[in-house]
Parts: sequence; C-alpha cells; structure tokens
Amino acid sequence: MSADLNIILPEILLSLFAMGALLGAVYTGKDKLALPILWATAGLFVAMAFWIGVSGDTDRMAFGGMFTDDAFSRFAKVTILLSAAAVLLLGQDYMTRNDMLKFEYPVLVTLAVVGMMTMVSAGDLMVLYMGLELQSLALYVVASMRRDNLRSTEAGLKYFVLGALSSGLLLYGASLTYGYAGTTNFAGIIAAAEGDISLGLLFGLVFMASGLAFKVSAAPFHMWTPDVYEGSPTPVTAFFATAPKVAAMGLFARVVHDAFGGVVADWQQIIALLAVASMFLGAIAAIGQTDIKRLMAYSSIAHMGFALMGLAAGTAAGVQGMLIYMAIYVTMNIGTFAFILSMRRDGRDVTDIAALNMLSKSHPTHALALLVLLFSLAGIPPMLGFFGKLYVLQAAVDAGLFWLAVLGVVASVIGAFYYLRLVYFMYFGTEGEPLDQAMPAIQWVAMVGCAAIMVLGIVNLFGIEGLAAAAAETLVR
Amino acid sequence: MIGLEHYLTVAAALFVIGIFGIFLNRKNVIIILMSVELMLLAVNINLVAFSAFLGDLTGQVFTLFVLTVAAAEAAIGLAILVCFFRNRGTIAVEDVNVMKG
Repeated sequence: MSADLNIILPEILLSLFAMGALLGAVYTGKDKLALPILWATAGLFVAMAFWIGVSGDTDRMAFGGMFTDDAFSRFAKVTILLSAAAVLLLGQDYMTRNDMLKFEYPVLVTLAVVGMMTMVSAGDLMVLYMGLELQSLALYVVASMRRDNLRSTEAGLKYFVLGALSSGLLLYGASLTYGYAGTTNFAGIIAAAEGDISLGLLFGLVFMASGLAFKVSAAPFHMWTPDVYEGSPTPVTAFFATAPKVAAMGLFARVVHDAFGGVVADWQQIIALLAVASMFLGAIAAIGQTDIKRLMAYSSIAHMGFALMGLAAGTAAGVQGMLIYMAIYVTMNIGTFAFILSMRRDGRDVTDIAALNMLSKSHPTHALALLVLLFSLAGIPPMLGFFGKLYVLQAAVDAGLFWLAVLGVVASVIGAFYYLRLVYFMYFGTEGEPLDQAMPAIQWVAMVGCAAIMVLGIVNLFGIEGLAAAAAETLVR
Repeated sequence: MIGLEHYLTVAAALFVIGIFGIFLNRKNVIIILMSVELMLLAVNINLVAFSAFLGDLTGQVFTLFVLTVAAAEAAIGLAILVCFFRNRGTIAVEDVNVMKG
C-alpha cells in the first residue's frame, strides 16, 4: 500500500498544495495572496518536473495496474508541468494589469495539472475517466474566469456543453469496452482485444476515440476550439494551447496502445482520417481569420493533425515522433503566446492581426523572434518545427501510410500561407499605429528563449530524441 | 425474461435521445444540461447491466464514480450558466452567438 502511495506521491503533493493554497488564501483575505500563490505554484511545477524527470528509470504499477509510472508518463508529465509553469508566469503580468489575478486561478491550474498527470498515467478506464474529468472541470471554470465578461462566459459555456458531450461519448465507449472485455483494466482489455475483436469492443473503441478526438480538438470534433480560444482570457488561451493538448494526446496514445495495442489495424484508419481532416481544416480555415487567437486555434487544430499522424503509424517510431512533435509544439506556442500576451496599443490589449503591421520597424527584436517562431510553426526547414514534422512523416512512411504522408506535406504547404502572411504584415505591411513599446521581462525572455530554441535545437533537439524513443518503447510492446 | 440486450437497448435509446437533445434543441441551455445528464445516466444503466451480467463489481464502482462526477459537472454547468445569464440577460440557445464559429 505505501509503495502504491509512493508512486502517486507527486499527484498527492500537488493536490495537497492546491487545497492548502485554497484554504490559506481564503483565511488571509483572498486575492492578496494571489501573486505569491501563483509563483509558488509555478515553482512547485518546476520542482516536480525535475523530481519526476530524475526519479529512476523503472516501470512501476500502482493499485493493481490502475496507475502506471513509466518512461512515457514521465516524459508527458515533465512536458505538462514545465509548460504549465511557463504559461502561469507568462500570464501573470497580463492578469495583474486587467485586474483578473484571482487566487483561484493558480489553484484551478494545479488541479487541472493533477488531472492531466493522472490521464497520462491511466492504466484503467476508471482512472482515465476521473483524470479526464478533473482536468476538464477545472478548465471549464478557468475559461469563464472573467465572469463579468460576456465573451469569457460564453466561451466557458460552449466549452462546457461540448466537453460534457465528449465526456459522455467517451464514457459510453468505456462502458461498452468494460462490458465486452469483462474488465476495466487496460492489461485485461488488451488480452480480450486480440485478433478479431467483437462488434461491442469495436463500438467501444470508436466511441472512445471520438471522445478523445474532442479533447485533442481534432477535426471533425474541433468546433469548440476557435470560440473557446477567442473568448477565453489570453493567459487561459495560452494554457489551453499547451499542457491539456499534451495530456490528451498522451491519453490517446495510452488508450490505443495500452488497451487496444493488439488491434492496430482497427484504429489506424480512424486516426489517419482524423489526422487528414484536422491538417486540412486547420490549414484552410485559418486563412480568413483576422483575430490572432482564433488563428492560433486553427493552427493548433492543424498541429494536432500532425501529432495524430505519428499516432496513426501505430509503431514505436510513431509514438516517438508524436512525443517530439508535442514537445516542440508546446515550446513554439509558449513563445508565440508570450508575444500575443504583450500585444497592446495605447494600454489596451489587441488581438487583431492588423496590429502586426510594420512590427519590424517599431520592434525589430520582437519581429525577428516572432518570425523565427512563425517559420517554425509553418515547418520551414532550418527551424525545429520542420524536424517535428519530419519525425511524424518518417514514421507514417515507414508504417506504409504513404498517402497520409503526402497529404500531410500538402496540408503543411497550404498552412504555411497564413503564417507567411503574418510575416508579410510584420515586414512589408502598411504603416499603422505601432504597438506599445513595453514588454514585461518574463514574456520577452520566454519569446526570445523559445525562438532561440527553435534555431539552436536543430543541433541535437536538446537530447529529447532519445528520451522520447525510450518513452515510446515502454508504450509500444 | 428480460436479458442484457434489453438493458443495452434502453441505454442506447436514452443515450441517443441525450445527443439529439443537445443538437436539435433550439430553446434553452437548461435542456442541454438535462440532456448531458441523460447521457451519463444511460451510461450508468449500461455499466450496472454489464456488472450484473458479468457478476463483476467493477461496473458498479464505476457507476458510483460517474454519479459523483455528474453531480460536480451539473454544479459547474449551472454556475457558468448563471454567469452567462448575468452578462447576456437570456439563456436561449440561439443567443449564445457573440462569437461566430
């Protein structure tokens, strides 16, 4: 028992911290403590990430296989924790300025992160569901955090309704899987789902896949994404675009490999179709957007399509490509959102892409860093984003999915258009009112740092290649 | 004799009614919340029926978890809805349209 508790110690500590912070803030006059709690949360996330990162290399199971601690979950958890910490710190200045830094925000983010850590470690349908709901319920609330703002509450409402629908689909799939496999344990399900699977299990698989596709915002289940990204406060949007995506992709990989690894051919087609639909929808629908947050929503839909392409390969190389892709995607998004958070004119926040006009003249450094990030998002060769795409394309080709790889390249070329349009605005646009000069130090460091990573990472990807390979190896047996 | 398939049919029917309730309803967001609840309860029927059929308690444990989460979800949904109503003055589904998507 104590060995089991030892394995979930990071989750327990984070939950205790969330509860302690909640109590502490309520007893000491509410939002006075908001800033210290935010910094403490970010510090704790980083400390946890280091702890999980260096804590041994053994695969352990807790509670009779319900909770898995292996290289895959550790890789995902470190990515989740670090990106959540970065996003918390990035949004701090924006939230203080708009008088929306409430102590509930870091507490809710902590709870969401605990949910995400549970998701990527799930070894049982029940744990999967509880982790997913803990994450989702916390995210619904942070989406509508500006409760006196119509857009924010509408975003929360839309997210809630479609999120609840997707949870329902996933749960229906889980109930069918339980019924036809006779167990909720992934190890039991994989034993039952071998060779020709029964129709009931197949239905369970399809329902679960569509529920998870909602959570990773893959087309055709993407319709909540643009509205939620646009309506939520920008720091919250930055959070949505990073950690929850990693967690949902990690959970997706866990379900298809840990529970349905014996029937790759049955889910490969579903995921390949999701990937193609997402890549093309993300690339084409983003073209007409004028709001940069909405544009980032379509961009993330397209990126999820590429990550799903790695998953569709159904091999260890595919999962490795997916993990590398997600790590790079998160870094790019942190850098880009650091800039979006600083977009202000005359002290008011703007999200219109016309505000980027001639940015190169008023803010040469910002324009250069954003140029690197946008090139990387588009997947233009010398940048790291290209190597992320290369890994998943390689995996798809090796798995015999030539058509998928070809369509991926085509979608990537179409998608490059709108990123390059932003670059065009920055360097050759019409003269307009410039953005404000000031940019808080944290945001500047994050933006320039992420841009530097996009260039310097091409040397050896900072060693994540081997870590991702080891992680994929434990998942795909 | 009522067998497993009868329970599964009822659950499937309720689940589909729930989904249609979300997509076809043009009136009130409260109806959407009720439809979500209906979907979760359909899943519960499924789980309990399987649990009894398999002679395995796991399904009933799962049901208890689902019930708890459904309660939390309804609470959060209603809270968000109240905030939305304060800003918009209406909760008709066709008025949830400030952002076009």
